[in-house]
Amino acid sequence: MEADTKPKKYGPRLCCICNQRRAALKRPKTLEQICKECFYEVFEEEIHQVIMENQLFKPGERIAIGASGGKDSTVLAYVLSELNRRHNYGLDLFLLSVDEGITGYRDDSLETVKRNELQYGLPLKIVSYKDLYGWTMDEIVKMIGLKNNCTFCGVFRRQALDRGAALLKVDKVATGHNADDIAETVLLNILRGDIARLSRCTSITTGEDGPIPRCKPFKYTYEKEIVMYAYFKKLDYFSTECIYSPNAYRGFAREFIKDLERIRPRAILDIIKSGENFRISTSTKMPEQGTCERCGYISSQKWCKACVLLEGLNRGLPKLGIGRSRGLNSDVKKDIKQGGGTESIESKQCGSLDF
Amino acid sequence: MACSSSTCNSSGCYKGYNEEERKPTTRAAVNGRNSHQNLCVKCKSNEPICCGIDRDDAKFCRDCFKTNIYGKFKQAVTYNAMITPSDKVLVAFSGGPSSRVVLQFVHEMQYRAQRNYDASKDKSLPVFGVGVAFVDESSIHSFSSQEIEKAIEDIRSIVSNLAPPSKELYVVPIENIFSSDGFDGKERLKKLLDAVSDDTGKEDLLIHLQLLLLQKVASENGYTRVVLGSCTSRIACHVISATVKGQGYSLSADIQYVDSRWEIPVVLPLRDCSAQELNTLCGLDGLKILELLNGPRSGINGLVSSFVKVLQEENPSRECTIVRTAGKLTPFHFNRIPEIHDSNVPLATRRRQKRHSLKPNGSLSSESFCPICNSPLDKSNLSSSLSSLGSHQNSDILAAACCSSCQFQILPKEPSLLEQFVSLLPQPLITKANHGDQGDFSLLREQIQDFLLSDGEDEN
Repeated sequence: MEADTKPKKYGPRLCCICNQRRAALKRPKTLEQICKECFYEVFEEEIHQVIMENQLFKPGERIAIGASGGKDSTVLAYVLSELNRRHNYGLDLFLLSVDEGITGYRDDSLETVKRNELQYGLPLKIVSYKDLYGWTMDEIVKMIGLKNNCTFCGVFRRQALDRGAALLKVDKVATGHNADDIAETVLLNILRGDIARLSRCTSITTGEDGPIPRCKPFKYTYEKEIVMYAYFKKLDYFSTECIYSPNAYRGFAREFIKDLERIRPRAILDIIKSGENFRISTSTKMPEQGTCERCGYISSQKWCKACVLLEGLNRGLPKLGIGRSRGLNSDVKKDIKQGGGTESIESKQCGSLDF
Repeated sequence: MACSSSTCNSSGCYKGYNEEERKPTTRAAVNGRNSHQNLCVKCKSNEPICCGIDRDDAKFCRDCFKTNIYGKFKQAVTYNAMITPSDKVLVAFSGGPSSRVVLQFVHEMQYRAQRNYDASKDKSLPVFGVGVAFVDESSIHSFSSQEIEKAIEDIRSIVSNLAPPSKELYVVPIENIFSSDGFDGKERLKKLLDAVSDDTGKEDLLIHLQLLLLQKVASENGYTRVVLGSCTSRIACHVISATVKGQGYSLSADIQYVDSRWEIPVVLPLRDCSAQELNTLCGLDGLKILELLNGPRSGINGLVSSFVKVLQEENPSRECTIVRTAGKLTPFHFNRIPEIHDSNVPLATRRRQKRHSLKPNGSLSSESFCPICNSPLDKSNLSSSLSSLGSHQNSDILAAACCSSCQFQILPKEPSLLEQFVSLLPQPLITKANHGDQGDFSLLREQIQDFLLSDGEDEN
């Protein structure tokens, strides 16, 4: 990535947008050679357009930004507060972080988020697994090992994020999922045969029928451009992968997408376009939504997935609720996904996905 | 169930429509394997052979393995009414394992039909006819003339060595697509392909031309079906590459058993067989394969093939899962054999046209099609292409009618190059674009009417 961000030749090549300043970078999405200033401008403007066209926000709304301290959420926080000011969105922005309790990873990244709080002047709320569930991820991993631990983390995180959002009384949560993440999810859902998720994974806003909808302002933003933006703006972010997620399977797809991008940058957008246009009949029955008898969270089953998993942990039966065994909770798992991340057993990404 | 259902690992035994989960038979089969470690899971009498899917996957004996694959073929044929007694089918033969197997199977089917015919009293059911077409691409690839002659010689001997009824063989050079234009085809084809700058686009254009040529051969010689040997692996690659090229909308049209958007319906009876199975079968039965003609794929297509290959190695049923996922997308109305209403066709034949799993799929909406790749167009694609219509030049209209994928990877961007490219397109393609057998072009024209300045020209 470094190779792309540095101008290779010092020729008098001018930015092909403003035609005044010297081109400083090749834009990953279009391969145009442009200067830094124009890059900031097109980058921010594209996100603004996505927000306007999809009516992601309404004036006066309270919006929580899912902040992990990673590059995507840091850039999202920066750009959203910038656009909010520039275009008078009239939004109240907050940072919302989840502390999974992973020593050597989350504690460090949370420090970054705390610095962001001061740098961007956005109020921060941290919800922790320990407070919500009585377990940290460290403790969970100690009990169940490194297999399936991401299932716990994924299920718990989704709920933690919703609970945090409820505490902040926000109307919506914005997450930092970028175009690469979404393209990857489209492919993974094809590889895995999950037609229900395939039909949903490209929606820019999800969970509108749930308590708190989520949206992805970076749906069409390339990961490389996010990195580039953070790099040139010298934004303060944390870039270590989760120590518990080995990621072999998702790695395949990610590698494939990088290869595609190399020979055809627009492939990422094309995959998203395909995902939006797939002819999927809407008659597919969706699980009926109810509430968990135990904690009151949305659930299609008697108990929500988090409560099932938690019960397993507390009773010393951590296998409870993992896998498709009874088909009972397979429907709940579908809900989990909506953030774009795929918290199923064989494939997950805890590190670089921001919630 | 022709293919002992869930016991075969990488097969597409599940039909696309019913999302039948693995049945308890899987367990029975596994138990069976454990108790008789070294016996075929089906006949339980012979030793299993390794069918190449997985080293530990030796489940069937030689005969059962063959029966299983033939069963999948036969099921695809009967369930989708692909071949009826009065049909005349043209098998597209490339020399590779898949098309070799499809030729063999169609031949076996015809051979059986002939024997039944000979034995029957009233001879009410005729035997369907079979022809073989080989598209000779030597004018584009750099093979030596000896290699080509040798290959064609081999193909002749393969076809002529099949037991009677005898089959006509058509060896057609790819440049014949221009034969109705009355130009030097070779030169023109070369120019046309050179005009496409994107490697993947070039490859895809060539595939469209091949299909078009097969249509031409079939139509000129009175065939009623074109049979392709596309196997699960190939279709899985198509699913991924179409997704990557942004063809998500039209994807479901390409991967069904039947594709009747062409004048002569195209059928894919090996849709449920994996490349490994077909390779193994060729090896077992000593079916001769021509390696020479399988050109390597480049660009996006090459990348996709190697990606799918890696996935398949990691999980032997991955290709099958990919095809099944795509099979759940809604097909188009033309993904079935049109009903025979012709009363000249004997009743016995019409009755034979079974359609077990053929439910009428969706509306009979009049789709419009991309003039280059013939893929159905999304409505949104259509309206977005209208905005690009400033002039009413033929080349611009054609370009605006193309799918976004062809616009990007095949059509030249520069107006003068575009005009030249359009002028080089073969007649069958142009005709299709102008008249559009489904009335697609006129539909398009109707929508752009307001943008056209003079209506004096181009009245059909």
